[in-house]
Amino acid sequence: MVLTTVLMALREIRRNTLRSVLTMLGIVIGVAAVIALVTLGRGASEKVTNEVSSMGVNMLTIMPGAQRRGPSNVTAAPLTLEDVKALTRDVNVLAAVAPTSSRGVLSVSANRSWNTSVMGTTNEYFTVRNTQIELGRIFADVEVSGGQPVCVIGATVRRELFGADSPLGASIRLGKVTCLVIGLTRAKGQSTFGMDMDDYILMPLSAFQRRIAGNRDVGAIAVSVVDESQTNRAKQQIASLLRERRRVADGQVDDFTVHDTREIVQTLQTVTGVLTALLGAVAAVSLIVGGIGIMNIMLVSVTERTREIGIRLAIGARTHEVMLQFLVEAIVLCVLGGILGTILGLGGSYFAGQAIGVPFTFLPEVVVLAVIFSGVVGVLFGFLPARKAARLNPIEALRHE
Amino acid sequence: MNALMELRGVFKIYGRGESEVRALDGVDMRIEAGEFVAVMGPSGSGKSTCMNVLGCLDRPTQGAYLFRGVDVNGLSLDQLALLRRHYLGFVFQGFNLLARTTALENVELPLIYRGMKGKERRAQAYRALADVGLQGREHHTPAELSGGQQQRVAIARAIVTEPSLLVADEPTGNLDSARTVEIMELLVQLNRGRGITIVLVTHEPDVAAFASRRVTFRDGRVERDERVEA
Repeated sequence: MVLTTVLMALREIRRNTLRSVLTMLGIVIGVAAVIALVTLGRGASEKVTNEVSSMGVNMLTIMPGAQRRGPSNVTAAPLTLEDVKALTRDVNVLAAVAPTSSRGVLSVSANRSWNTSVMGTTNEYFTVRNTQIELGRIFADVEVSGGQPVCVIGATVRRELFGADSPLGASIRLGKVTCLVIGLTRAKGQSTFGMDMDDYILMPLSAFQRRIAGNRDVGAIAVSVVDESQTNRAKQQIASLLRERRRVADGQVDDFTVHDTREIVQTLQTVTGVLTALLGAVAAVSLIVGGIGIMNIMLVSVTERTREIGIRLAIGARTHEVMLQFLVEAIVLCVLGGILGTILGLGGSYFAGQAIGVPFTFLPEVVVLAVIFSGVVGVLFGFLPARKAARLNPIEALRHE
Repeated sequence: MNALMELRGVFKIYGRGESEVRALDGVDMRIEAGEFVAVMGPSGSGKSTCMNVLGCLDRPTQGAYLFRGVDVNGLSLDQLALLRRHYLGFVFQGFNLLARTTALENVELPLIYRGMKGKERRAQAYRALADVGLQGREHHTPAELSGGQQQRVAIARAIVTEPSLLVADEPTGNLDSARTVEIMELLVQLNRGRGITIVLVTHEPDVAAFASRRVTFRDGRVERDERVEA
């Protein structure tokens, strides 16, 4: 009986193809919106996570100045190479410690120039930032210790200064300093914030300090932790070591800050999560509106088909059989709409994702949920019209014009 | 022998007090299996109400209607529906076929409710359509059929379940006289050939003349009840 009812419902839906399609449209759009937004949201969150982890594995950044809103505390003493040595020696959960200092600079090659930033650091920086060499090599020990004017450039700097040509062995001028290009790093692409992560020039810290900065300060220290689970321990050890070295009295706040990339990831994930939830909620509202649309059409359809219902009742259909027929029609419409919407939503998010550079992630549980939910919408909003149909009096229904 | 149908002091009363309308005002009637009864009377005489009661579409307000010896008043709406499904067929003035649905599918409909399987169901529907002379029209929709043909489809739908009683409400009301004669001859043939009991509601004496018994209603009561020997 249920099977024949489903077949009858399908026949009824086919008989009124245009109306059925229009009825389904609300559900199709609702489901498509939910699927697309949730899929895109998940993709965006994944992208952010990947990017931040590509910025450096388990990376912590230590900067002078207390953590506060607004401008940083300029009175805090800068970090020093001694701090770097102490960290390397005393904090045993660190895999690499890299001092960094940077400055904006106009770089000039044979016939082109480019505004970028130059950073003085050590070879440890490549480990901390998870940066690979594409061409050439990293710094030699003698270059680091001797403060030789050599540099490793990012992909953007290479493109702007050399185009497709090999930059190795070329000389570029950074302000008043001329320096030899010995390496090119592998491109990382754009970050979520639209920041170009390949727009930099690296040189040995000693060379930077002597030739460009003119002081012995270390702007920041980037460290990587051996294992993610050790991050909190590393932060504590770093903090106690630096408090001691910088003579911060008990009860006073740190005059330095330890930034954790995980915190950035968490913040970003929270943001994208909230956005996804919000947009998903809006889309869910449209799904409910779609359900009401179905109810509306089904109610009209019951009135329009009063005579048909009368015939069915006269022929011997029982109340619950008429009810089941209309309920099944509503459910079939909703589930069909849900399936169409899923296909549309997945396709839409795939192409939209490609357009805005978000990876496509297929979430089977969301698809199953969407189809089940549209079925539930069908039951909820099909119930009223179905009951109305089932309660008709056969005599009056047959007399209905 | 028990009558197929028996009305015992049946009242059907609509409204209350001042506005009370007695559509049936104490009707007693017995109809034996195999009869062809024409129910006549002016509009408002109660003939349609009587047909609804006989067709198990409605229950009397008062009195007893025994269908195959069972008092209909004691049955639920669903039980009435099952009675209709298994023992009754209906033909209406307005044909009442499902629009945009082929003749075959229309005739199959009562068999679907009986739970008959697809192949058998189609075969039986084809046979019923052949019985009413509609071979070759099985896949036409009502819009593609003439009035007479539509009424034949409706008759095929009514007899496809081999009912004990066929209730026809002004079946020729929308047809010209030539088609009327054709339809009436078909009904007579079903009555004589298959022994299907027929209750026919009409206000046309010409149509009633095909029946073997004529019951005339007036003001909710049976005014005349005459048998015609064939």
